[in-house]
Amino acid sequence: MPNTIPVYEDIFNANDQAAARNRARLDAAGVFALNLMASPGAGKTSLIERTLAALGKRYRIAVIDGDIAPLDVERAAAAGAHAVQINTGGNCHLDAPMLHAALQELPLDSFDLLIVENVGNLICPAEFALGTHCSVLVASIPEGDDKPYKYPAMYRGVDALVLNKIDLLPYIPFRLEYFQRGVQALNPGLHTFPLSCQSGEGLERWLEWLETHITAPKCP
Amino acid sequence: MHELSVTESLLALALKHAAAHQAVRITALHIVVGEMASIVDDSVQFYWDFISRGTIAEGARLHFHRLPARMTCLDCRTEFSPSEDLACPRCGGIRLKLCQGDEFYLEALEAETPESAPS
Repeated sequence: MPNTIPVYEDIFNANDQAAARNRARLDAAGVFALNLMASPGAGKTSLIERTLAALGKRYRIAVIDGDIAPLDVERAAAAGAHAVQINTGGNCHLDAPMLHAALQELPLDSFDLLIVENVGNLICPAEFALGTHCSVLVASIPEGDDKPYKYPAMYRGVDALVLNKIDLLPYIPFRLEYFQRGVQALNPGLHTFPLSCQSGEGLERWLEWLETHITAPKCP
Repeated sequence: MHELSVTESLLALALKHAAAHQAVRITALHIVVGEMASIVDDSVQFYWDFISRGTIAEGARLHFHRLPARMTCLDCRTEFSPSEDLACPRCGGIRLKLCQGDEFYLEALEAETPESAPS
């Protein structure tokens, strides 16, 4: 008869331990790191470009991009970031060991802010901690107002929410109240930044929040 | 969608604990999965059959124990099973906390160990 061996160990444990090692490296180098998540097309790269344009002169910013094609990493580099790509080979998310490998390619000591652009996906990235200080979700008006209800794990696990493309509100049926209700149910008190990377409206509050964290690397 | 990497972690975890007990063969795994954890059982089983080949866990049965989602209302402390509209059924509050349903852990292994093998 086989024996029963009790285990009670989280299956994400190995990833979580790697994430803790990444965090220790980032802290030792004094760099504040963001894990930027979103569905494809929500505007992660546009937000990075806007952020670089506004803060790139005052802070040294690096970008790590998880993608199969180098298009986004080229945009980040063109906007003035030290940019590194993680070729995910079609994988649906970044995990902590992948980030660890990418961190080796960066002179971490010479940066103030590291933005990790995760794979465009609202399901898988939510499950894998990377070791960054803050997780930020970029949602956008054209995606629809029901997304918090459909992807609760993603909305539940983030520290800040950017609602992009608010310049499209007059053209697209989007019940802001219904959206916010779902967000607050899943993540009470979540910092939310409605903005438009196209028009620039609302960007200021996002940049202020980010700057506070760069200068005092600690998440709410 | 991320079940391949999850299944690899599961195999590594099972092999680690089996080795600690000098197990010679793993026959079953008991896995606890919360309703809100984005894990598809069939997909894990599919990858398992491939990646466990040639290991002492080859052919092991995967048992999934599902835990339903439970939420607590932060306003009136009522605990309830969430419905689609995400609101407290007692006070209508919408400041909620998930208290069960995002679990994903390996509860136990069934394995043949030197003590269990016929001498």
